[in-house]
Amino acid sequence: MTAAAPQPGLAGYNFAYLDEQTKRMIRRAILKAVAIPGYQVPFASREMPLSYGWGTGGVQLTAALIGPDDVLKVIDQGADDTTNAVSIRKFFATTTGVATTTRTAAATLIQTRHRIPETPLADGQIMVFQVPIPEPLRWLERREVESRRMHALEDYGVMYVKLYEDIVRHGKIATAYDYPVMVNQRYVMAPSPIPKFDNPKLDRSPALMLFGAGREKRIYALPPYTAVKSLDFEDHPFEVQSWSQACALCGATDSYLDEIITDDRGGRMFVCSDTDHCRQRTTAEGNSR
Amino acid sequence: MYVAVKGGERAIENAHRLLAEQRRGDPAVPELTLAQIENQLGLAVDRVMAEGSLYDRELAALAVRQAQGDLVEAVFLLRAFRTTLPRLAASRPVDTAAMRLRRRISAVFKDLPGGQVLGPTYDYTHRLLDFSLAQPTRADTPGPRRGAETAEPGTAAGHSPKVAELLAREGLIEPEVADDDAPVGDLTRDPLCFPAGRDLRLQALARGDEGFLLGLAYSTQRGYGKTHPFAGEIRMGAVAVEIVPEELGFAITVGEITLTECEMINQFKGSATEPAQFTRGYGLCFGQGERKAMAMALVDRALKGAALGEDSGGAPAADQEFVLMHADNVEAQGFVQHLKLPHHVDFQAELGLVRSLRAAASAGTEAEAEP
Amino acid sequence: MPACPIAPTDAPPTDAAPVAPQPGLARPVLDSQRVFRAVLRAMSRPGVPVALPVLPPAPLPLTPATVALCLTLADFETPLWLDRAATTPAALAHLRFHCGCPIVTDPAAALFAVIGDGSTVPPLNAFAPGEPDYPDRSATLVVQVAGFGTGPRRMLHGPGIETSQALAVSGLSDGFWAAWRDNTARYPLGVDVVLASPDALVGLPRTVQIH
Repeated sequence: MTAAAPQPGLAGYNFAYLDEQTKRMIRRAILKAVAIPGYQVPFASREMPLSYGWGTGGVQLTAALIGPDDVLKVIDQGADDTTNAVSIRKFFATTTGVATTTRTAAATLIQTRHRIPETPLADGQIMVFQVPIPEPLRWLERREVESRRMHALEDYGVMYVKLYEDIVRHGKIATAYDYPVMVNQRYVMAPSPIPKFDNPKLDRSPALMLFGAGREKRIYALPPYTAVKSLDFEDHPFEVQSWSQACALCGATDSYLDEIITDDRGGRMFVCSDTDHCRQRTTAEGNSR
Repeated sequence: MYVAVKGGERAIENAHRLLAEQRRGDPAVPELTLAQIENQLGLAVDRVMAEGSLYDRELAALAVRQAQGDLVEAVFLLRAFRTTLPRLAASRPVDTAAMRLRRRISAVFKDLPGGQVLGPTYDYTHRLLDFSLAQPTRADTPGPRRGAETAEPGTAAGHSPKVAELLAREGLIEPEVADDDAPVGDLTRDPLCFPAGRDLRLQALARGDEGFLLGLAYSTQRGYGKTHPFAGEIRMGAVAVEIVPEELGFAITVGEITLTECEMINQFKGSATEPAQFTRGYGLCFGQGERKAMAMALVDRALKGAALGEDSGGAPAADQEFVLMHADNVEAQGFVQHLKLPHHVDFQAELGLVRSLRAAASAGTEAEAEP
Repeated sequence: MPACPIAPTDAPPTDAAPVAPQPGLARPVLDSQRVFRAVLRAMSRPGVPVALPVLPPAPLPLTPATVALCLTLADFETPLWLDRAATTPAALAHLRFHCGCPIVTDPAAALFAVIGDGSTVPPLNAFAPGEPDYPDRSATLVVQVAGFGTGPRRMLHGPGIETSQALAVSGLSDGFWAAWRDNTARYPLGVDVVLASPDALVGLPRTVQIH
């Protein structure tokens, strides 16, 4: 065997924290996920040094993917500076020493919770989504044995019935986030709790999209240029959220907005959820990483 | 002008500093040593080892101290450490019949070979706060050393056969023949798939949260599933751990661990395929954890119901997916507490939806009110 | 597809002189990460040749690309099957030493298979296609070919391909493509293939349609 070359990262731990056997296991699951778009591949999710539900699936994917040539961006709610995004970015900065960035365009690897950046993604970029409940049928059929069967038989009738009942009761489909999609005309998939505003960004994206659910032990994927259709009906086509306001900071009218309560007398304002997008628009030159 | 919240990094650092201060508490009070925790909070250490799925008293004591006595947090710390350890070997099955007993009781026979050994138990203590413990005990009256066998009459017999095996000789209890050479599943190495075999079920239960299992076990006694249990035997003591190194080809002892084992004996009236006989529920955990082992045995038996052709009537304790997917407190605490993370993007989406539904509803009402 | 009997492969000559394995990846952690990203890229962009960033020593008839792939993905949890061409004492010793993977004689039991000679690919349906509930429990085949860019051109469609992708492979049997059509017809069941020239990879996930 060759002598161990010096390796970036945290003393006492392997590069990117996970041991090599675990990385191989995750890598094999990723490859199968890519080969069967939208299908949830079970994987032997490890206990991580952060809590289940706080991004362990995304963190394991990123740990299995990341290398010294990568530039990592981590966002939560679209923002780079939310506490959990800061915490996860720091975890990888410590355990790998790789460069990090807040600029979407400069990143090779973007780990996210609940948003897809507004800046269009490019060929070669990889998005890693943190997923709480990977099973889109969970709320209709809570048994894994049954929901797995339904995927196998392409039996998605209950999903359409549920959406149709929404229309009967509310006049529209009452799902605002984690809005189910049909992938490559075969598997119904949960896009993770992104607002449905972001769903169109999944369709035929040039970037590779990987989804990791640590607690539920599932990995799934959307290869680049994969057809992703939000479920709908001919007479009730899928539509995304829109705002009557523009971003109060950058004036954007086409981005997802956060509502900020400014006082206790009903005062409120709307600002971009994607902090990088907003900053690129407000600073003339953008900022370097 | 509104400025977005910044400084997540500094806030986190400050939180860690405050946590360290709180953990230490009043600096005028001497710090607990790991030896003190290991010895004097031994049952907390045992629970953390059991649910942390790692037998190491010192590390469990460290976890208890680091977690300020929050045992679920301590379990999490130990698990996160465990996951980084290499697997050197799989042990041979431990022989609990050869256990060096510190406690062994059976509720189904008055006396039996090996005898009833009460051992260190709270069972017959009167739960009166003992104010004499509020003062330090005098240094010259050391208590019994932890881990030492209790010298009680009846323990010297050496051989204490398993109660279930005594019944098995008569063919009165379902046979349970272990294939010691068959590979055993490991849910930390392979994702749990359903239906799960008994090996994986027992592993999940052994790692499972004591409180969750206790509640489920209790529910079976109150009619949510009927298992008619008897405490066939509960034993606690030390067993040898053996491995067979590839290069040696024979077993060597690598250490000794304390285990608590419970075998429940349950009534079974027979079904279309099975004759009437007693059935078994099995519980086992690291350290001294009798409540856990008993609860585990009851839930194990409830989960066997489907294979025995029993109708559980939808009892939660008999529902494999329900039990196994929710027993792990490291998973559960994480997902419950993840609700603390910001969710304002999704909440904004919901706000928009609720506003639009209300607007549509009130417009509809006005339209109806018009003549 | 030309008939190709599934040869038992787990019978290395017992009286052969012990073969000292060649070195594996020079920097195992970082090299396998780079190789993985190349494989991931290949499987995400079917039909596009991806150069391997690391080319470890390879005992004949295995190529550096095949060895890089095995060292990156195979281990004691992944049964490996080798075709007759790839079954040499040096290849077996190398893979056993560096991957620790069980070498199996039943192709249906393999998670990975190495086809040493792309001009005689065994029937794809001899390998595990997964199960309806678990289509991921399927084999991945590494098929050694001479190179990319020459040979008959085929047009590929499917996820990972923006419109269509031309692919020309030399050293791959014509029968392979007929077998591939049958493989894709079973979707979501099926095997996944990585075509490996000595220094580059082309991914063929089971979603790839040929026109």
